[in-house]
Amino acid sequence: MADSDCKKYLTLSGLEPLVVTPESNFINVGERTNVTGSRKFLRLIKEEKYNEALEVARHQVEGGAQILDVNMDEGMLDGVYAMTTFLNLIASEPDISRIPIMIDSSKWEIIEAGLQVVQGKCVVNSISLKEGEDEFKRQAKLIKRYGAAVIVMAFDETGQADNYNRRIEICKRSYDILVNEVNFPPQDIIFDPNIFPVATGMEEHRRNALDFFEATKWIRENLPYANVSGGVSNVSFSFRGNNVVREAMHSSFLFNAIKNGMNLGIVNPTMLEVYDEIDKDLLERVEDVLFDRRNDATERLLDFAESVKGQKKEQENTVQEWRNDSLQDRITHALVKGIDTFIIEDVEEARLQSNKPIEVIEGHLMIGMNVVGDLFGSGKMFLPQVVKSARVMKKAVAYLQPFIEAEKDGKQEFAGRILMATVKGDVHDIGKNIVSVVLGCNNYEIIDLGVMVPPEKIIETAKKENVDIIGLSGLITPSLDEMVYVSKALEKEQLDIPLIIGGATTSRAHSAVKIAPNYSNTVVHINDASRAVTVVGNLLQKDNKIYKNQIREEYDLFREQFLKRGKKKSYLSIEEARNNKFKVNWETTEIVKPKSLGIQVIKDFDITKLKDFIDWSPFFRSWDLHGKFPDILEDKIVGKQATELFADAQVLLKRIFDEKLLKAKAIFGLFEANSVNGDDIEIKDASGNVLDTFLTLRQQSKKSEGKPNIALADFIVPKASNEADYIGCFCVSTGFGTDELATKFEAEHDDYNSIMIKALADRLAEAFAEYLHKEVRTNHWNYAENENLSNEELIKENYKGIRPAPGYPACPDHLEKNTIWKLLNVEENIGVKLTDSLAMWPAASVSGYYFANPEAKYFGLGKITHDQVEDYSKRRGITIEEAKKWLNPNIAN
Amino acid sequence: MYNIQTEIQKRILVLDGAMGTMLQQYNFSEKDFRGERFKDYPTPLKGNNDLLSLTQPKAITEVHAKYFEAGADIVETNTFSGTTIAMADYDMEDLVYELNYESAKIAKEVADKFTNDNPEKPRFVAGSIGPTNKTASLSPDVNRPEYRAITFNELRIAYKQQVEALIDGGVDLLLVETIFDTLNAKAALFAIEEVKEERNINIPIMVSGTITDASGRTLSGQTVEAFLTSISHVPLLSVGFNCALGAEQLKPYLQRLSNETEFYTSAHPNAGLPNAFGEYDESPKQMQGYIEDYLKDGLVNIIGGCCGTSPDHIKAIAEVANNYKPRLIEELV
Repeated sequence: MADSDCKKYLTLSGLEPLVVTPESNFINVGERTNVTGSRKFLRLIKEEKYNEALEVARHQVEGGAQILDVNMDEGMLDGVYAMTTFLNLIASEPDISRIPIMIDSSKWEIIEAGLQVVQGKCVVNSISLKEGEDEFKRQAKLIKRYGAAVIVMAFDETGQADNYNRRIEICKRSYDILVNEVNFPPQDIIFDPNIFPVATGMEEHRRNALDFFEATKWIRENLPYANVSGGVSNVSFSFRGNNVVREAMHSSFLFNAIKNGMNLGIVNPTMLEVYDEIDKDLLERVEDVLFDRRNDATERLLDFAESVKGQKKEQENTVQEWRNDSLQDRITHALVKGIDTFIIEDVEEARLQSNKPIEVIEGHLMIGMNVVGDLFGSGKMFLPQVVKSARVMKKAVAYLQPFIEAEKDGKQEFAGRILMATVKGDVHDIGKNIVSVVLGCNNYEIIDLGVMVPPEKIIETAKKENVDIIGLSGLITPSLDEMVYVSKALEKEQLDIPLIIGGATTSRAHSAVKIAPNYSNTVVHINDASRAVTVVGNLLQKDNKIYKNQIREEYDLFREQFLKRGKKKSYLSIEEARNNKFKVNWETTEIVKPKSLGIQVIKDFDITKLKDFIDWSPFFRSWDLHGKFPDILEDKIVGKQATELFADAQVLLKRIFDEKLLKAKAIFGLFEANSVNGDDIEIKDASGNVLDTFLTLRQQSKKSEGKPNIALADFIVPKASNEADYIGCFCVSTGFGTDELATKFEAEHDDYNSIMIKALADRLAEAFAEYLHKEVRTNHWNYAENENLSNEELIKENYKGIRPAPGYPACPDHLEKNTIWKLLNVEENIGVKLTDSLAMWPAASVSGYYFANPEAKYFGLGKITHDQVEDYSKRRGITIEEAKKWLNPNIAN
Repeated sequence: MYNIQTEIQKRILVLDGAMGTMLQQYNFSEKDFRGERFKDYPTPLKGNNDLLSLTQPKAITEVHAKYFEAGADIVETNTFSGTTIAMADYDMEDLVYELNYESAKIAKEVADKFTNDNPEKPRFVAGSIGPTNKTASLSPDVNRPEYRAITFNELRIAYKQQVEALIDGGVDLLLVETIFDTLNAKAALFAIEEVKEERNINIPIMVSGTITDASGRTLSGQTVEAFLTSISHVPLLSVGFNCALGAEQLKPYLQRLSNETEFYTSAHPNAGLPNAFGEYDESPKQMQGYIEDYLKDGLVNIIGGCCGTSPDHIKAIAEVANNYKPRLIEELV
C-alpha cells in the first residue's frame, strides 16, 4: 500500500509525460493562448490566422510553460470550431504538443470538443457545483471516461467561495462526490480555491490572500492526493499600472502559496520579482497586506506604491494641480480625461496667443486629439472615454467657429471627407454614430446622411460632395443584402471610392464573400470603432496602393478559405422535416384559455416600472465593451470604463424617469389558434372566423437521432384534433421622444449623450417586452399565475412559454411583422411604423409572438433549402424571387 | 466459470500468434473468400480475412485449435478489421455485427473444447479490436494539418458496435491492439466503458500499443510513458506492446513500461523485423531466446506473437514461459 501510495501523483501527457511530484515544486501553466486573456490571440483566432496563433503557443512552450491553457470563449467565435481547429493544429506540431493541454472553457460543449481531439491526458478547466450536483457528476464522469484530469472551482449553487470556511466546505463536498460517487482518481483533482484581490480598501477583502493560503493548506492536509492551482495576477488588481508593487505582490504571494501547498498555477513570468530581491520595506508592507497583519496595511502599501511610482493618484485635491501645467498640457489633459469644465477658458487663452483661430484647432486641439487617438489605438483608452473626449473637442470647436467665420478665409482643413449612412430600410444608427464621432475627432469631415438612406442618395451625395470614403451601416439582416445592392449600384455608376462596412450583423466573411467581389475599389469591414481611424487613415494616405492591394489580397484569400471550408451539411426535404417535427403530447399537455381574448392597448405606461427589468449586458456591448453585467464592472481590462459608463447611464436614466423624456406604449392581442398544414398557424376571433395566418419556417438540417426539426407551429395544437389552442402577439416601444432628445444633444455638441439616449431606449424597449410578457403570463393569459421569478431569472428566460420575434433566429422571416401589424392594427393604435425593409420605427421597439405551451422553447432555424422556399412562396402568395429576397440569409447554397 | 484474473496471478499466460500468416497457407482464392453467400457481391473480397469467419469457418476453427494445441492460453478472434470503418473498404459495413458475433462464437467453441479436455488449463478468448485504417489525431493531408479523416465520435460509435457483437458472441476479454494513434484507442476505451455501464458488466480489457520504430514512439508521436499515461484512466487487465518490432528491439520499451505501470503487462512482438522480401524469418528458437530474456527480467505477464509467428513459435514461447514466474505488480486497492 505505502509504495503504491507514493505513485498517486497527478500525471498528464502530451507527446511526453508530466508527473507532478512533491519535487516538481510548481507547475507553470502557459496562458497566452486564451482569447479572454490576450487581445492579440483573440484577434488571430477571429481572423483565422491560425499559423500565427500557433506561434503564440510555441512561444509559450519555449518560454517554459509546462501545460498549455487553451481558451476560445468569446461570443463572436464558434468556440467548438475554434477549439477543434486549434488543437488539431497543435497536434501536428510536435514541439508544442509535447506538453499537456489544459482545455479551458465555461461551456461544456467546447470542453467536450477539446477532449475529443487530444490524444494525451489533458486537464479540463473547469467544473464546479455551480449548476448543482447532477450536472457536476455527469461532467466529472465523462471527463474521467475521456481520460483527463480536472480543475474544480470553489463555486457552488449559491455562488463563489469568498472566505475560508466556504472554500473548504465546497472543496470538501466536491472532493467527496468525485472520489466516493464518481470514483474519480483523487490525484487527478486540482482545486482552484479562488485568488481574489487584496488591498482594495474594502473591509471584506482583507483576508482574501490569507484565506486562500489557509484553504490551500487545509486542502493539502485533508483531501488526500488533491492538487491546488490558481491565477496569481488576480491578487494585485488594485495596483494596476504599478509594476514594482505588483511584481513584489506576485512573488510574495506565490512564495507563500507554494509553501502552503499550491502546486500548479498561472503566473506571468515577466511580472514576477525575485523574492529575495524585493525591497525589504516593500516586502514587509506587501506581507502585512497578504497576511492581514495590521489595520493600516493597505494604506501603508498605497503610500509606498505612490512613492515608487512617483506619481500620485488622481484625487480631488490633485485635480487643480493639472491646472498649473502649460496651456497645451491642460488642453491635452482635458481631452484625454474628457473634462469640459475649463475647456472654453483654455481655448480662449490659446486663441489670444495664436495668429488665427484656426490654428487652435490645427495646433492645440489636434495635438491633444492625437494623444487620444494613440491611446485608443494601443488599447489604453476605451470607446466611452473617446466619445467623452469628442464631446470636449466639439465644445471647443463650437466656441471657435464664430471667430473662424469672422476671419472669412477660415475654411477648416480636414484630413478627408467621409459619407456615412445607415442603408435603406434600416433605422439603427448607434454604431454608425460612434464611428462618425471617432472619425470626427480625428479631423475627418463627416457627411452623415442619417438612417434609411436609399442608394440613389448615397450615389448623388458621394458625387456632389466629392467624398473620399463611403461608410455603410446596418443592423437587421435584410441590410446585408441592401449593402450588396449598394455595392453593385456604386460599381455601375463607376464610383471609385473606397467602401467601409460596419454594423452588428455585418461580418468580415459577409464583406469578403458577398460585397467585395462586386466592387472594384476597396471594401473593408470594420468590426469595432477603434479600427475605423486606422483603416480610414490607411485608405487616405498618399500612397495607398500597397494597403489597398493588401486588403484585396486578404479578402480574396479569406473568401477562398471561407468557401472552401463551407462545412458540408446535409438537409432533409421539407416533407421529411415535417415528419420529424417536435412532438408535444397533446393528450397530456396543459392548454390554458386566456382570461380575456382580444386586443389591449397600453398608452400611458409608467416607464419607471421598467428599471429593474433592464438587461444591461447588451448595453455595454453597444459601446464595444464586452462582458457580462454585473461582472463587467469588475473586469480587469474594461471594468473601470464600464463602471463610469454605467454611472453616466444611471444619470441619464434618472432624467428620463424624472422628466418623463421617453414615452412607452404597447399593444398585445390574445387569440384562439390552431396549427394547420404542418407549419401554419390559423388565428381566429371569438366566433371562430379565421382572422389571419402566421407562417412559420421549419428547420431542415439533418439532426442526430431523436432530435426533431422544429417549427414554431409545433407548439400549437393541430386543427385536426378539434381542440382550441391560443397564441398571442405584441408590439412595445419606448422610442417615442428618442430622436428629439438625440437631436437636442447633438445641437449641444454632446454626442456622448446622443448615443447614450438611443442605447438606453433600446434597453428600455427590451425591458418593456420582458415586463409585458410577465404581465401576460401571470395576469392577462394567466397560464403561469404562480410564477415567482427574480429579475435575473427573467433575463435568463427561465419562465414558461416563449416570445420569439420575427427577424430573430426562431423566425427570421420579417414579413411576419406585416401580419402582426394587420392583426393588431399596430400603427394606428400606438404609432409604431414599419419601413420598406420591415424595420420598426421608432427603433427602440420590440414585436413578437407569445407561445404558452410548457414545451415551447427557443431555437435557431438555421439554413433551409429550396423546396421549403418554394412551398413558402406559395403559402405566402408571393413569387419565388421575392421569397428568396426575404429569406436569403437562411437559404442553404 | 474460469477467471482470467486468478489465472494471471498463477502463471505467465500465453497469447496466440499471427492469424494472417496462418491463413496465407490456405491459399484462398477470390472464389473461396466469397463462398456461396457472397458469390455475386459487387466488390472484390480477396484479402478480407475477417470475412473468412463466415465463408471458411472451418479454417478459422483449425487455426485457433493449432494455437491452443501449441500451448496458448488465450486466442484472439478473427476480427482485427471488424469495424464499419475498416469494412468500408469492402462495402461490408452492414456485416460488422455478424462478423464479430460469429468470429467470437467460433473461437469460444474451440476454447471450451480445450478447457473441457484439460480443466487444469482453462483457455480464454480475447476479442481483437484493431486500430481501423484511419487516424483521429493525424491529418492524412500534409497541406491541411487541421483536417481529420475520422472523428472521435465516429470511432466511438464504430467500436461500440464491434464491442457489443464480440461480447454477445461470448468473448472472455477484449484486446484493443496495434494502437498507433492513442486517440483511436481512447475512443475504443470510451466505447467499452459505455457498454460496460449500459449492460452493468465488467469485462477484462487488454491494451496493446505499437512502437513504430527506433524512435521509441507511437506513430502519433507519444513516448512509452506518455502513451501509458493517456490510457491508464480505464481499469485494465494489462497494458503492453505488439507488432512493428521483433522481440529483441521491443525489449527496452517493454522494460520502461513495466517499470511504470501497476497493470499487468503483455507483449506480442513480430517474428523479428521483415527481411528484404517483406517476410518475417526469425525462427521459433531465436524468438524463444529473446523472450526468455523478458522472463528472466520479470517483464511480462502475458506473452505471444504477432506478424510472422506460427504455432511453432508459440510452442517455443509456451515452453519457456512455463519455467518462469509471472511479473509481480503492486496492487492498488
